Amino acid sequence: MKILFGFIRKEIYHVLRDKWVLLILIFMPIIQILLFGFALSNEVKNNPIAVFDASKDSYSRQLTDKINASRYFDLYANVSSQSEIEELFKSGKIKVALCIPPRFGEAFEGSAPLQPQIILDATDLNISNQINQFLQNIIQSFIKQKKPEVRPTYSIIPEVRMMYNPQLKGAPNFVPGVMAMIMLLVCVLMTSVAIVKEKETGTMEVLLVSPMRPSIIIISKAIPYFILSVINYFIILAMNKYLLDVPVKGSLLLLTAVSFIFILTSLFLGILISHTSQTQQEAMFKSLIGMMLPTVLLSGFMFPIENMPLPLQFLSNIIPSRWYYSIIKNVMIQGSGLEIIWRQFAILGVMCLVLFIASIKKFKVRLE
Amino acid sequence: MTNEPIIEIRELTKKFGNFTAVDHISFEVVKGEIFGFLGANGAGKTTAMRMLCGLSTPTSGEAKVAGYDIKTQTEKVKRMIGYMSQKFSLYDNLTVWENLEFYAGIYGLRKKEIREKGEQLIIQLQLQDSSNKLVGSLPLGWKQKLAFSIAIFHEPAVVFLDEPTGGVDPLTRRQFWEMIYEAAHRGITVFATTHYMDEAEYCDRVCIMVDGRVAALDSPAKLRASFEVSSMDDVFYQLARAATRVE
Repeated sequence: MKILFGFIRKEIYHVLRDKWVLLILIFMPIIQILLFGFALSNEVKNNPIAVFDASKDSYSRQLTDKINASRYFDLYANVSSQSEIEELFKSGKIKVALCIPPRFGEAFEGSAPLQPQIILDATDLNISNQINQFLQNIIQSFIKQKKPEVRPTYSIIPEVRMMYNPQLKGAPNFVPGVMAMIMLLVCVLMTSVAIVKEKETGTMEVLLVSPMRPSIIIISKAIPYFILSVINYFIILAMNKYLLDVPVKGSLLLLTAVSFIFILTSLFLGILISHTSQTQQEAMFKSLIGMMLPTVLLSGFMFPIENMPLPLQFLSNIIPSRWYYSIIKNVMIQGSGLEIIWRQFAILGVMCLVLFIASIKKFKVRLE
Repeated sequence: MTNEPIIEIRELTKKFGNFTAVDHISFEVVKGEIFGFLGANGAGKTTAMRMLCGLSTPTSGEAKVAGYDIKTQTEKVKRMIGYMSQKFSLYDNLTVWENLEFYAGIYGLRKKEIREKGEQLIIQLQLQDSSNKLVGSLPLGWKQKLAFSIAIFHEPAVVFLDEPTGGVDPLTRRQFWEMIYEAAHRGITVFATTHYMDEAEYCDRVCIMVDGRVAALDSPAKLRASFEVSSMDDVFYQLARAATRVE
């Protein structure tokens, strides 16, 4: 036990002495949360719009004003021909254009059909869809306001309620993803690099010649990163609550328990990578390509898993962060309890166990 | 020097697939001896040494270090030996004292013992002013001396040195060998691999490996006499030239 503590103290010295790495490890979660929370938002606001008003009556002007007043749109230009719209699209000045047909106002007095046209730049599909939705809503509400007796052509109007995230903020979506990414980075990357570094410098050989058990060597190398990850976990939680207004809806205890399991899983992964790498670069490469990339691409954080081709869907199943991501989303945002997430939790637990056994086994093989 | 053997090797062999790195070697090293282990690159000396340290399991044959079998009593062997690797083996971003404390700690020395012996050692090495400096800031020669002192800090029966003086200037090498003599004098057996033939002259006995086998084993003086040459360099040259194995 005393030997273990001595070893852990040495590891903590290593981490503390490397000021830059420490700084990065502690500040990275803070910066990522700030970036995703405030700078890199996927909410679409203030979209430049061009209006081709062929009607030029009081109704069409009111509609234009209403659109301009909304926080989703900024009137970029009033144009007078279709070709101008095309030019604006080409030069990237606008994302959407609205064509108001002639005699627009008459539609409100008489019964001629209203057919304004919305033109969108579909190169960025998701954003265009959102813009389309916003613009339609504004036009609908304008019609309702001006001519309450007009019923839309269909009479079933669903009432939409956005559950768990009524303001449609980006934070509830990215926070779980950032959490998974940070933990992976610290645990997998840092642990594997730290162990391989000892191999590179030759100190690992000296340790292996000593009477210390190999398992103790590995465990004590992983412990400082475990502590760091736990600190990061609480920093992220605190920032979520006080900065981004995303408190934990479900049980904090459950969330913490799951996170511990995930941290352990990542640590074992890091250890496993370190066994198979001879140089720090190799370990770094394996961690980044093998772990970070799938986490970003396949965990459902950036792209929905349901839309992936079958082979990729299958692949995403073996990525621990996918399960972790889905659990935190459930617990943190939707407030689900163990009865909902037990399946994902069990999968993560099994992965943790398998990786633990694999990392121990692999170590023995290396020693022959 | 008594004639009590501390390392006994019998028909020790290590194969990697079809390649026989160490081919049925047998010899003994006696207590308090400075034993030089020579050979060209790829002659199998590092592999043999790794087996004796418990880092690698022999394919066949037996060896005992300090009375313990290297196959079945690896843990006990590890307690009896010190090891200094080819690469510099201290932690650059720990201080001199922290390195000492750490390595002494993993051999299970008590705190009080570490403090008393450690302070003595720092004075001996004239590192009083540097004991709180990071090892990375010390000159290489000092690092090597410190690494050796730490390798024998727990008073092992045998210390294995894998090319300990690589890249060190001649003066420091001289001082280093004085430390080795001193350790041998205290009864620590020294088992060292080296490339430097002048260092071979410092050894009590020398074993020259060629192609995984023991090509010659005797005191430097006797080897020179039997090969009828004037230096160990020539002895080595004659033997190594016969090697068939290319690196």
